[in-house]
Amino acid sequence: MSPPVLEIDNLTMRFGGLTAIDRLSFKVERGAIHGLIGPNGAGKTTTFNVVSGFYKPTGGEVRLRGETISGLRMFEVARRGVVRTFQHSTLFAELTVLENVLIGTHMSFPPNIFAAMAGVDKANRRAARARAEEALEFFGLSGLSDELAGDLPHGHQRALGMAVALAARPDVVLLDEPFTGMNPEETRRMMELMVKLRNTGVTILLVEHDMHAIMGLCDRITCMSFGRLLAEGNPQEIRHHPDVIEAYLGGARHVA
Amino acid sequence: MAKLATLLGFGAILLALPHALSFSQQEILVFLTINVLLVASYRLLTLTGEWSLGHVVIMGVGAYASALLSKRLGIYVPAAMLLGAVTAAMIALALSFPLFRMKGFYFLIGSFAAGEIIRLLWKRFRDPFGGPKGIKKIDPMPDFDIGIYAFDFFEPISYYYFALAVVGVSLWVMWRIERSPVGLTFHAVHWQDRLAEASGVNVRAYRTLAFVLASGFAGLSGALLAHYIGTINPNSFDVEQMVFVLTWTIVGGTATFYGPILGCVVLTILNEIVLREAGFEQMRPLIYGLILILSVLFMPKGLESLVRGAFSGRNARKNSAGETEAME
Ligand SMILES: Nc1ncnc2c1ncn2[C@@H]1O[C@H](COP(=O)(O)OP(=O)(O)O)[C@@H](O)[C@H]1O
Ligand SMILES: [Mg+2]
Repeated sequence: MSPPVLEIDNLTMRFGGLTAIDRLSFKVERGAIHGLIGPNGAGKTTTFNVVSGFYKPTGGEVRLRGETISGLRMFEVARRGVVRTFQHSTLFAELTVLENVLIGTHMSFPPNIFAAMAGVDKANRRAARARAEEALEFFGLSGLSDELAGDLPHGHQRALGMAVALAARPDVVLLDEPFTGMNPEETRRMMELMVKLRNTGVTILLVEHDMHAIMGLCDRITCMSFGRLLAEGNPQEIRHHPDVIEAYLGGARHVA
Repeated sequence: MAKLATLLGFGAILLALPHALSFSQQEILVFLTINVLLVASYRLLTLTGEWSLGHVVIMGVGAYASALLSKRLGIYVPAAMLLGAVTAAMIALALSFPLFRMKGFYFLIGSFAAGEIIRLLWKRFRDPFGGPKGIKKIDPMPDFDIGIYAFDFFEPISYYYFALAVVGVSLWVMWRIERSPVGLTFHAVHWQDRLAEASGVNVRAYRTLAFVLASGFAGLSGALLAHYIGTINPNSFDVEQMVFVLTWTIVGGTATFYGPILGCVVLTILNEIVLREAGFEQMRPLIYGLILILSVLFMPKGLESLVRGAFSGRNARKNSAGETEAME
């Protein structure tokens, strides 16, 4: 078995007196779709915020291919291949759909001000644009290039958020509740795209409340509650894990 | 092609304009040209979302540096002007380290404090800055001849043509920057810095870049001013001037490249033609304050929104200044 691409090791994040993540450890295998679930307030988004470098952890560390990345700034983490989306549609609402995705290509095609002024960055701009259009195509947004991102319906905004992340060609992508606001048909299509994406070698760490989606997609699931690791296993194991059922439904039969 | 024709026509008007004006109006035209550069550079600064109150002082840094370099070291005036711009950019780079630890309101106050400190240094150090009296007898532009036109810088019209060329090239450079991927990244940093950073953008570096570039162009405008009026002092770059820049920018609107320029031109014309003729010149700050408040209340998207309304749809660049979603 190849070494895990991402290791969360004894991670703790405190906000004043509140411990949002409490000595959390889990590993994400390369090329997996790994689910991170737990009741509201469990600390899933906070975990993403620490892994992506938005917060510095109070304790513990995050390793990417064995290298410690916790404590790096968000753009430095991104440049190492870990790109995230945000729980609420966080987009450049005032920019067009194409421009949004062009920002996603920033790392692959870094702008150069001198080249831009001299007009010798045409090839770079063309390549960035091609990459952006490819990402839009993948998410079925091609026809919407010139719309303002803020004007899109919610489902399309979620898809655009993923297109921005994917345009960066990350090794690991962290998706925070990507299916919220999508209708069942959109969700189904997105799930297919996730699988397609994973098959291209991208590792996906997924926070999602839609249990049907989580169970259908994930190779492995980590369940947390009150900042702590509650259970880990494949979908079957998680579905029937008594602690998970307890945490989610306070005693009802099934998670899904 | 139509675009080129418009541009050429516009250029011809700008070249012919001073011949239709009186001597004192020509002088105002020179100041206006310089202020257009100042206000356009201010917009470049605001592209990444931070508003500074130190921009006019940075302009002053360019003015002082260029004046001193030519006067003390005998550097050829056009070269001194460029070095003045570079000095302003360098001072801005140094200031960016403390300033970009702050955001929003704190940045605003921090930039004001930084500017006041610089002005204090000018006042305090008679050598080389000349203290409160400033620098007098700044070298004028040396006359030169380009074959079709002989520049005689004793005439405002010659200085106008010179300034027009410098400002024109500067605006063209700023325009190219904004339309480039660098400019797109500036906008991204402004509208949603978290997403930009998650996309690998070094947000701090881009804010600094915009600040340094804008300061360089502001410094250049200061140098143009210094060698035209021949005398500068700390009060030439005080907060009252900054309020004018803010007023031009806000009245014009910042969503487009031309918005602040429009604000500057319209308010200058209003000021010179209406106020001066009517003898209200003394009340300029008061009236500017009033215009500022009225425009915020009744024209929050600036004069540019009127132009955009007139050409509705064409060239539309998003103008919704809505706050972006807060961190959850
Ligand atoms: N910046 C913050 N400051 C203070 N408390 C926070 C902050 N971010 C998250 N929290 C708290 O941490 C806990 C976990 O939140 P979160 O990670 O958003 O949960 P989840 O995404 O699993 O629903 C919550 O109690 C939340 O209020
Ligand atoms: Mg959450």
